[in-house]
Amino acid sequence: MSAIVEVVPAERSSVPGSIPFLVRLSILFTLLLLFCAVFAQWLMVHDATATNLLNRFAPPVLFGGDWAHPLGTDNLGRDMLSLVLRAIQVSFLVAFIGTIGGAVIGTILGLTAAWAGGVVDDIIGVLVDFQATMPFLVLALALLAVLPGADMTLFIVIMCIYGWERYTRLARSVALAAKESTFVQALTVTGTPGWRIYLLHILPNATGILLVNMSLNFPATILAETSLNFLGIGIQPPDTSLGVLMGLGRNHIYNAPWLALIPGLVILLATLSVSLIGDWLRDKMDQA
Amino acid sequence: MIRWMLGRIGRAAVTLLLLLAFTFFALKISADPALQILGPDAGTDAVHAFRAKWGLDEPLWRQFLAYLLNVLRLDLGISYRTTEPALDLVISRVPATLALMIPTTIVAVALGVPTGILAACKRGTSWDRGITLLSIIGFAIPNFLIGVLLIYLFSVKLGWLPPSGIVDWRSYLMPVFIMAIAEAAIFARFTRSAMIEVLEHPMVETALAGGFSKAKVLAVHVLPNAALPLLTIVGLFAGSLIGGGVVTENVFSWPGTGRLLVESVGARDFTVVQCTVLLIGVTMIVTNLLVDVCYLWVDPRLRDAKRRSK
Repeated sequence: MSAIVEVVPAERSSVPGSIPFLVRLSILFTLLLLFCAVFAQWLMVHDATATNLLNRFAPPVLFGGDWAHPLGTDNLGRDMLSLVLRAIQVSFLVAFIGTIGGAVIGTILGLTAAWAGGVVDDIIGVLVDFQATMPFLVLALALLAVLPGADMTLFIVIMCIYGWERYTRLARSVALAAKESTFVQALTVTGTPGWRIYLLHILPNATGILLVNMSLNFPATILAETSLNFLGIGIQPPDTSLGVLMGLGRNHIYNAPWLALIPGLVILLATLSVSLIGDWLRDKMDQA
Repeated sequence: MIRWMLGRIGRAAVTLLLLLAFTFFALKISADPALQILGPDAGTDAVHAFRAKWGLDEPLWRQFLAYLLNVLRLDLGISYRTTEPALDLVISRVPATLALMIPTTIVAVALGVPTGILAACKRGTSWDRGITLLSIIGFAIPNFLIGVLLIYLFSVKLGWLPPSGIVDWRSYLMPVFIMAIAEAAIFARFTRSAMIEVLEHPMVETALAGGFSKAKVLAVHVLPNAALPLLTIVGLFAGSLIGGGVVTENVFSWPGTGRLLVESVGARDFTVVQCTVLLIGVTMIVTNLLVDVCYLWVDPRLRDAKRRSK
């Protein structure tokens, strides 16, 4: 009789150290995007903000355009290739700072909750509840509506709020479990100060889960950033991001579809490849 | 059990209070209502008189109390943009949003749960890998991106479907499909892991050894047990449904609350933003509370454990 579960040994992961093809591709593409983000200034042939009203909606090479503007020009005659490079730079910067900011805030709060316990733990717990009940997009929209002078810095700060509560939960539960272990008790007995125990001895135990959570959080941050900017709320022109470009391009979907398709493709491949890497990392963690 | 329930309700109440404090302070820092309503050219006397009349010069905690009372009386202020009561404006947009969300939920469950079960039963095979990959893709693609692509394909190129607003039943196809993809991905993923957890349980092996058919073991023993952990993602699901709804409604110029929220943020119509945020927050808090109650009701272990511990 056959079992319900047909466990077939996964041939790809049987060789230790081998990386699935899709993940390799994803890593390659992510590295390419990182390269573009870091060296955007030098890769740009044209000035990303230079408008040329005589050369609006020039099609990309694939749509029958010429090589002066390989990805065509937008509704103001700006060079799409340069715009996309600049947008990759901004979107990655926002996603990086947002992910790291959220991780740092969340982890500190989680460790504090476990360390202090009592009322502090309760207060942090309520904050976590609040964040978990409020969809981030709605919260960010509300904050961007009421805070005066919305600029890039404010936008990045708001992105740091994204997903902090998951780090808090993870860090808190790891720290609470570690608190009971003998090595922490031994450290406490020898008089090691609390902050030292938490930062140097307990935190390293949580690094694995926190890093995996970061890799899963990163594409979600890109999604949140592009969604907000697609809605036209957040980064304002002449500053740009992949979401801003996508939002602008959607207005010209009838006459110049590439304006939306090009940034869309970049967003799609970026979130997809980082997600695949994150998922693979999580599987690795689970197996270990 | 009652104490546990009271604890949950207390926690929900505190979260609600935090939500109200958030909207109150958001409104406070957003703008001076005196200048908003009287206009920037109003004289200082008029502004002072206005502040005194509406209690704006009182201590903050008294203003907050007054705000709470107003919210209790369902008085959420007037929209700066349309001069309608903000609550009426928001409520008038709710049906259109529900008209998207209810079919989305049905499609997402119908798509996500069976694929999750399939992936779990065929664990480790190419079925499983394919479904996992699809769920990652479904989760990673932004709503607005598929939205714009589908509009380009079906409305611009083929001219089959209306690109925006509610025209007829065909208007629902694209938005519901787009929102359902992301939500189905969540369901597939969680169903798979919940199923795998139960399938690894020795009781499954025992039942199979006892000669029950595969189908019967799945239906009677595995599915009910796997359904429990699925309850926990209802809260997460509701959140992502609302967030996804905001974006999707804007892509399709759908006359729902999500579009109203973004319009109001753009027009800095703070009372309406506040009202929408409150409505969404309250919905989420109530949903999570209901999930807790359901848990208690559905899971006999929890029910009995609570009774014993009392």
